[in-house]
Amino acid sequence: MAATAHPDRNFKYWLISPAIFLLLLIGLFPLIFSLVVSFMRVTMLETDTSFAGLVNFVQLFHDARLWQSFVHTALVIVIALPIELLLGLAMAYLFLDRMPGRQILVSLLMLPTIISPIVAGATWRLLFDNRYGPINQIIGWFAGHPVPALWTVNPQLVYPAIIFCEIWQWTPFMFLILLAALSNVDRSLTEAAEIDGARFWRSFRYIVLPAIWPVMSIAILIRGLDLFRIFDIIWALTAGGPGTMTETVSVYAYVQGFRQFESSYTAAIAFLVIALLTVIVTWAIRRMGLAK
Amino acid sequence: MTTVPFHRRKETKLVFRYLTAASLVVIFVFPIYWLFAISFKTPGEIFAFPPVWYPKSIQFNNYAVLFRDGDAKTVGNSLVVASVSTFFAMIFGTIAAYSLVRFKTGGENLAVWIISQRMMPPVAIVFPVFLFYVWLGWVDTYIGLIILYTAFSLPYVIWMMRGYIEDIPLELEESALIDGCSRWEVLWKVVFPMARSGLFATAVFTFVFSWNDFLFALVLTRTEVTTYTVQVTHYFGGQSNFWSKIAAMSVLGTIPVFITVATLQRYLVRGISMGAVKG
Repeated sequence: MAATAHPDRNFKYWLISPAIFLLLLIGLFPLIFSLVVSFMRVTMLETDTSFAGLVNFVQLFHDARLWQSFVHTALVIVIALPIELLLGLAMAYLFLDRMPGRQILVSLLMLPTIISPIVAGATWRLLFDNRYGPINQIIGWFAGHPVPALWTVNPQLVYPAIIFCEIWQWTPFMFLILLAALSNVDRSLTEAAEIDGARFWRSFRYIVLPAIWPVMSIAILIRGLDLFRIFDIIWALTAGGPGTMTETVSVYAYVQGFRQFESSYTAAIAFLVIALLTVIVTWAIRRMGLAK
Repeated sequence: MTTVPFHRRKETKLVFRYLTAASLVVIFVFPIYWLFAISFKTPGEIFAFPPVWYPKSIQFNNYAVLFRDGDAKTVGNSLVVASVSTFFAMIFGTIAAYSLVRFKTGGENLAVWIISQRMMPPVAIVFPVFLFYVWLGWVDTYIGLIILYTAFSLPYVIWMMRGYIEDIPLELEESALIDGCSRWEVLWKVVFPMARSGLFATAVFTFVFSWNDFLFALVLTRTEVTTYTVQVTHYFGGQSNFWSKIAAMSVLGTIPVFITVATLQRYLVRGISMGAVKG
């Protein structure tokens, strides 16, 4: 252990200081700055930097639109995440064994995940067009008559539209991770269980699931948090509309900060979100032992 | 089933699996195909009803327009911002990861804090940063965007490189120290070369994250350093006559990512899963 026994005293700090400095810029600074500004009354019309107390935080609790945006975000997470997980898992099983051209098929499935979410949203905006888009056309073949569905406007269709796009882009992500995790499971164990007469779901429940859980839980955490901050896809498809029907937390904060210019109030929202997530994320990282 | 010989059953199963797999691929690739197809269509083909499934002839007019109007330079902006920030994030992130792994700097608390920064919602970060940049005069400048992307990429780089550095045998570093190398030389001559494939894979993902970002660029750019993602949304209008531009611009921004990722296939899974799967 000679390398760790006599470290130059400051060497390790030299190494880490540039990263820490930059991380404070996005880690600590926004938190403190948001807190300071949220105690003021800064809007587009007035720049009152005197101490305004808890006005903005009181407003948070009376802001129905904010809480609705939390509900909208939760709705997207609760629907999209399980579908991505289950579909990804089923696809991983499908591709687990050898088949001709497997490598190429897997590579093609990866494409949606690596394109920009804003491009994904733009693409689906074109696909969903009521007249010139192929989706209504294809549905029309099955329905037997033209379907002029307004996917990005009709209140009953906007969520399905957003969730379709979301699932399309991120199921391959789940698929790739779960495929890798499944490939690492010792096949002799599941085969032995099947010879013993165990049914598929029993061997899955007691052998496969415990083996892939460490990887699966990280995938769920990453996707869950990504879904919480969903912005690009919604911005491209509906921009939060119709009305405020698909406004998620990120979209609402953006609108307050950069459309309404309610600086102090947006700072209060930012502070709330950062504080909330810090608690949840720190708990999850420690629970899952990710930092070890 | 008893009448079908075993190997025949296996073959039928393979055919069934293969057909399911192939149709899934068709469904998942179709939207991307459609995007590319529109970028090659003439206006008449784009706004045809019922939709035209493929362009009659490949024509590049939609792209030519982007280059003529100068819109294509936003891809150049993306390139500058994403590659410079990736370069700095890789250097600062790797040496920080080395410090965390070898010297346990800051202990577990620091590691938890760094990882948790990867999970923060960009909108909450970008708002205070925007006000700060207005004060500094950094809005719509390369330096502003590069610093933010570098900082935002760091947690990912540190997390990934931690895993790769842990795989380097300590003995190599020790013998280099005994041979008279300084600590910086050990980093430069042992750690970086040993972690080469990890550096490469992590850099690709860092680049793709910054390249694909929309929100930071939307908030922090105006006209000078607009990235291609922001440019795509400029074509969203009440009337949808800019479809050709949306498609062509998106394709221009997507091709570099496809090429980069295609050349680095084998590192992909570990990179995409943030190291959860060792690859």
